[in-house]
Amino acid sequence: MDLLQKLTILSDAAKYDAACTSSGVDRVPTVGGVGSTTACGLCHTFTADGRCVSLLKVLMTNVCICDCRYCVNRRSNDTPRAAFTPEELADLTMQFYRRNYIEGLFLSSGIIRSPDYTCERMIRVLELLRDKYRFAGYIHAKAIPGADPLLIQRMGLLADRMSVNIELPSRSSLSLLAPDKSKQGILGPMKLIQGGIRENRADLVQYRHAPRFVPAGQSTQMIVGASPESDLQILTLSEALYRKYSLKRVFFSAYVPVVEDRLLPGKTVKPPLLREHRLYQADWLLRFYGFEATELLDEENPFFDPALDPKCSWAIRHMERFPLEVNTAEYEDLLRVPGIGVVSARRILTARRQGKITFDGLRKMGVVLRRAQYFLTCGGRMMEGLRLSPETARRGLLAAQPPLPDSEPTQLSLFDKPGVAPWKKVEPWLPDGQNPAPAPVLALPGMAGLF
Amino acid sequence: MDSLVYRYDGSFPGLMCCVFEAIARKEHPAAILPPDGDATLYPEREIVTHPVRAARVLTAIPKKISPRALRLVQYGYLTCDPRRELLVVEFLRLGFEKGGRVTGLLQDDRVSDLLKAVGHLEREAHLLTGFVRFSIQGEVMAAVIAPKNMVLPLLAPHFRSRFPADSFLLYDKTHQMAYFYQNGREEFADVEELTLPPASPEEVAFRRMWKRYYDTVAIAQRENPVCRRTHMPKRYWNWLTEMQPENNS
Repeated sequence: MDLLQKLTILSDAAKYDAACTSSGVDRVPTVGGVGSTTACGLCHTFTADGRCVSLLKVLMTNVCICDCRYCVNRRSNDTPRAAFTPEELADLTMQFYRRNYIEGLFLSSGIIRSPDYTCERMIRVLELLRDKYRFAGYIHAKAIPGADPLLIQRMGLLADRMSVNIELPSRSSLSLLAPDKSKQGILGPMKLIQGGIRENRADLVQYRHAPRFVPAGQSTQMIVGASPESDLQILTLSEALYRKYSLKRVFFSAYVPVVEDRLLPGKTVKPPLLREHRLYQADWLLRFYGFEATELLDEENPFFDPALDPKCSWAIRHMERFPLEVNTAEYEDLLRVPGIGVVSARRILTARRQGKITFDGLRKMGVVLRRAQYFLTCGGRMMEGLRLSPETARRGLLAAQPPLPDSEPTQLSLFDKPGVAPWKKVEPWLPDGQNPAPAPVLALPGMAGLF
Repeated sequence: MDSLVYRYDGSFPGLMCCVFEAIARKEHPAAILPPDGDATLYPEREIVTHPVRAARVLTAIPKKISPRALRLVQYGYLTCDPRRELLVVEFLRLGFEKGGRVTGLLQDDRVSDLLKAVGHLEREAHLLTGFVRFSIQGEVMAAVIAPKNMVLPLLAPHFRSRFPADSFLLYDKTHQMAYFYQNGREEFADVEELTLPPASPEEVAFRRMWKRYYDTVAIAQRENPVCRRTHMPKRYWNWLTEMQPENNS
């Protein structure tokens, strides 16, 4: 099999992993080396589905001893199999890197023979890159659940970022759909990496040149829409992961049916892209805007409003906090206004030291007044010609929403009962009703108890 | 605004001399144009580039305004805004009046317009750090881009630090400028036309692999052409290996 064929098979098998970021660490090469990284990350191209390609994302091999039902590489799936040799892959990475196709390598693998053996082969690639080619670019490596802690330690010293995918946001779904994986198998390595990063941080204080362990932190991914968890459960779990496991990112991946299985949504079901989009918006609110998961959703409304972004729907439910006076409001409160982001909030702080702020000035600073107008006053006045009630605000905001990533009519309908996710109606989770869906109760409390 | 147009030589020191002239004579020209700029009906004044005057303005900016203002002015010169010279002059006039706090006057058009133009330049440079595609010809790596702004001075440090031991060439087709780097030596030069030798079989093989990779990782069920165009506008596609049809890539 030639390299082109291998690349095709092994990138095809890796594409369902959502993460493709190259952020979190600044580095320039050592003398005689090649490559650098920038903290903000860099996209090299965008695929036909609009996702950023930053790293060469491939599997070492798509041979796997596991039989996870949602996975294309499951043991029982009839698909062509291939494997890179470490030398091949390291050379290919360098060739792509020097042509500026990529920022680095994202290496994952199906489990071949045993977790330890798989891990060692991956480490071999990273060693070749770092030692033979003196490669200082970005490396994201997947921790293999069940591998020896020492191997994970070695991997962490070579990689910039590591990740262990949670995949399914609850223990019950995990045991149902990924029978070979256990909650401990996933959280174990995650904890190990977190410990390693902490220890390394202490070392770095003492010894400036101590080798750096996973300097860009760790991330994880959850599949959205393969199992019955609500947005609230997913978001609460993400929040717990950020706090308890100090993750850098939690990625969401709309479930794309690749295999027919009676436990999974059918192959005709479209991936819940809008839902994924809303979760990412909420994820940003958690990480940069000081929101908490329980502020955005609650037991009565466990799903996001498909028609309105999470920040707008929060603001409409909290009209008592508005309008804010731009000239005196705290930074934290400004951040909560729809239409104001981190950059424009900072600009407001800068500009108001020099003089009173006007609506015209806000526009020049990049505030989206179509949304923000309902929530702000400048010098005690609302924007001209604006009369306000929560109802007019909602209508106005709906009109001001940016185009949605997935414009399926069922998802945009305004006539669904609030709190019922319309995409659930496209096809029931278990069409034949043979397997009773696990009650959603166990999903979150079971998982949340772990943190 | 006075009914008057400045004509300068198009260089950065030349622009600094326009600043000197406009502030010293308290003039507000309607336009400041390079030699090949549009003809106008206004009376024109030729601004002669005077290195000493340019140096005086350049040393005064960080001292009397701020180092950040100097960077804004330098970047302002590189932008593609048709009024870039005026933006720079008016910003500096305000700056010499207000001092360092000028960069915080975000509600003032003279500041916000310049910041907007510079933002466009910086965003384009950031995009291109990713979209540059090198072809490897023997020992030399070469890439062609066609940006709207003059991004080469912003791209150079990025690639210089990324490939310190390599030799490479970046060619900006729009502004007919090239950047050469070899073993720590670097040079910007005006190059009217650049023809690269045909790709070697090895180069063609890697281009094919990259294109195949690009096509493979797209998930068909998620197709979203609008989203792709937003992130990667079509005007860059000409120079992207993966966007070329398979047979001539």
